Amino acid sequence: MTTDTTERRLSVGEAIREAIAEEMERDERVFLIGEDIGIPGGFGGAFGVYLGLPEKFGHDRIIDTPISEKAIAGAAVGAAMMGMRPIPDLQYSDFIFECMDEIVNQAAKMRYMSGGKLKVPLVLRLPVGASNRGAQHGQSPESYFIHVPGLKVVCPSDAYHAKGIMKTAIRDDDPVLVFEHKLLYGSKGRESAGGMDLTAHVPTEEYLVPIGKAVVKRSGTDVTVVATHLTLYRCLAAAEILAEEGIECEVIDPLSLLPFDVETVYTSLDKTGRLVIAHEDTFTGGWGAELAARVAGERFESLRAPIRRIAGHDVPLPVSPVLEDAIVPDVQRITNQIRSLVTGRGGNGGA
Amino acid sequence: MSTPIDLTGVDRETALRLYRQVVRLRRFEDKVYQLFLKGELPGTVHQYQGQEAVAVGVCDALGDDDWITSTHRPHGHAIAKGVSMRAAMAELYGKATGCCGGKGGSMHLGDPDVGMVPAIAIVAGGVSVVSGMGLAFKLQKSGQVAACFFGEGATNEGAFHEGLNFSAVQRLPIVYVCENNLYGASTAYHLTTLIPEVTERVKAYGIPAVSVDGMDVVAVRTAMQEAREHAASGQGPMLIEAKTYRFAGHSRGDARKYRGRDEEDIWKELDPITRMRAAILARDPADEAAIAQIDAEIETELDDAVEFARQSPLPDAALAFTDVYADPFPIPSVVGERS
Repeated sequence: MTTDTTERRLSVGEAIREAIAEEMERDERVFLIGEDIGIPGGFGGAFGVYLGLPEKFGHDRIIDTPISEKAIAGAAVGAAMMGMRPIPDLQYSDFIFECMDEIVNQAAKMRYMSGGKLKVPLVLRLPVGASNRGAQHGQSPESYFIHVPGLKVVCPSDAYHAKGIMKTAIRDDDPVLVFEHKLLYGSKGRESAGGMDLTAHVPTEEYLVPIGKAVVKRSGTDVTVVATHLTLYRCLAAAEILAEEGIECEVIDPLSLLPFDVETVYTSLDKTGRLVIAHEDTFTGGWGAELAARVAGERFESLRAPIRRIAGHDVPLPVSPVLEDAIVPDVQRITNQIRSLVTGRGGNGGA
Repeated sequence: MSTPIDLTGVDRETALRLYRQVVRLRRFEDKVYQLFLKGELPGTVHQYQGQEAVAVGVCDALGDDDWITSTHRPHGHAIAKGVSMRAAMAELYGKATGCCGGKGGSMHLGDPDVGMVPAIAIVAGGVSVVSGMGLAFKLQKSGQVAACFFGEGATNEGAFHEGLNFSAVQRLPIVYVCENNLYGASTAYHLTTLIPEVTERVKAYGIPAVSVDGMDVVAVRTAMQEAREHAASGQGPMLIEAKTYRFAGHSRGDARKYRGRDEEDIWKELDPITRMRAAILARDPADEAAIAQIDAEIETELDDAVEFARQSPLPDAALAFTDVYADPFPIPSVVGERS
């Protein structure tokens, strides 16, 4: 990590705001539409990401809506088909279930049903993550959408990649769902999340981050660990602990779940022979299950241990911190699981 | 007992054009029914006989640059908006020459090239999406209008209420066209809805609404001309409730046991085609020849469309994998089967 004077450290929230502002500047077809996004004296979106944008771009391009997720998503789909590039906002990702039809039946399928004559370039931002808000404001529903051909699903976790992939998503000619972890927006994580520094260097010059290319966050030889969002940081913390014990983890941020860059995982796996997949989303049918199945089918010969999945347990999210902590993978649980896999001692083959 | 169609202010050319269109829609559907029974068409069909005056009256009042959304019952809308019989028929046959290359079929019939989104076969799905079409036209200051077709059953979907409220508050250039044919599949509207007048319900959203005889193509066209002007003026959306009736069942295989034949007979008295023909001939009996010529031309057009569809090639199976994304990436199961 460089520390020279040209370094410019931004939080994930600031980086996303900058990406949207740059793309709105660059392309007048880009506009924002959603609840509580541009009201003077309001919130700038549920997590403040849009603060300052209405003053810059005006209310024709930052459109406040009724609390109507179907109308918001439908308006985005229709406007996209007619040549615009909308960025709809639903506040919490949990609310996407209000507009599954617009996303799954309309946005994802219009290009196909029209024989390629229509396109639906929209970017839906979706904050995820357990944060003591309970069962309806803390889910990580990204895995539902990797099941939908026609959508792209990305999960940026740091400011550099969040900005670059957001810009790419806005220029993409297909619907892109951007899942962002709400505990990663700020400059400093909560104490409960480890309190780590969440800023990253973001260059002033323009750059794009491709959709469908994973990033190796830490090199290692003993085990490949694939993780997203807050769980990615917890895996990196676990890797620090395990390094002191002589276990070297290679930690990969897939960054994009659909398409998924399996090649980067395979390259790592050919070296380590062990795979751990970790995410906050629930265990059964999560994206980790899909990755595990692909690895088992396509790289069985590279494995010298069972694939280990670490995920949110299959229950709704509770509010009380002690209860939530029992569900969501933390550093200790991740550390124990990786250690047991590599040493062959303990563990339960799936947590 | 049916009110004669009033041709006042409708010139001969327009009257004959409207007649030609309603007959084209009817004959197309009659032919599709035969072909389906013969087993030539895959899938299912939801037919439009009886409702032709709505699609024709609405689309005749729209400009070429205006757009429509449609439903699971889209054949009439597609032909009225300008999809050729050849392209529509070939699509129903699943042929490469179809307007969606065989990917849309009956329930997604449509063609962006003529201003029609592939039909949306989710009830009220078009109501969600049309808001954005209107929003784009407003932001682009294009002067275009979007017309959204849906049945009365759609008015009990959440999308209907969210979409109408949103487009009203945004003053979007949209005309909602409710084709009230009294039944959602087998269920009569009055069994599901305490306020069965759609025009009454949408007052709650501040949207002006008119009710029109949906079996009268001239009345529908006149209402649509006024509604289009209202929507394009920046005053916001309008709704037309067209009272109509589908002569066919909900879909193939529907024996229509939930409604009486006496009821059907009453509505058949209002057949939009026989009424339009009668109105034209009442004004000028000499138009008998022109009508006969139109009828004959439509039979020729229809035979040509069927022949075109039959002779057209099937799509290359490899095309099943295209048009998913602009920049395609390897499909895991395809890669897996090759390795």
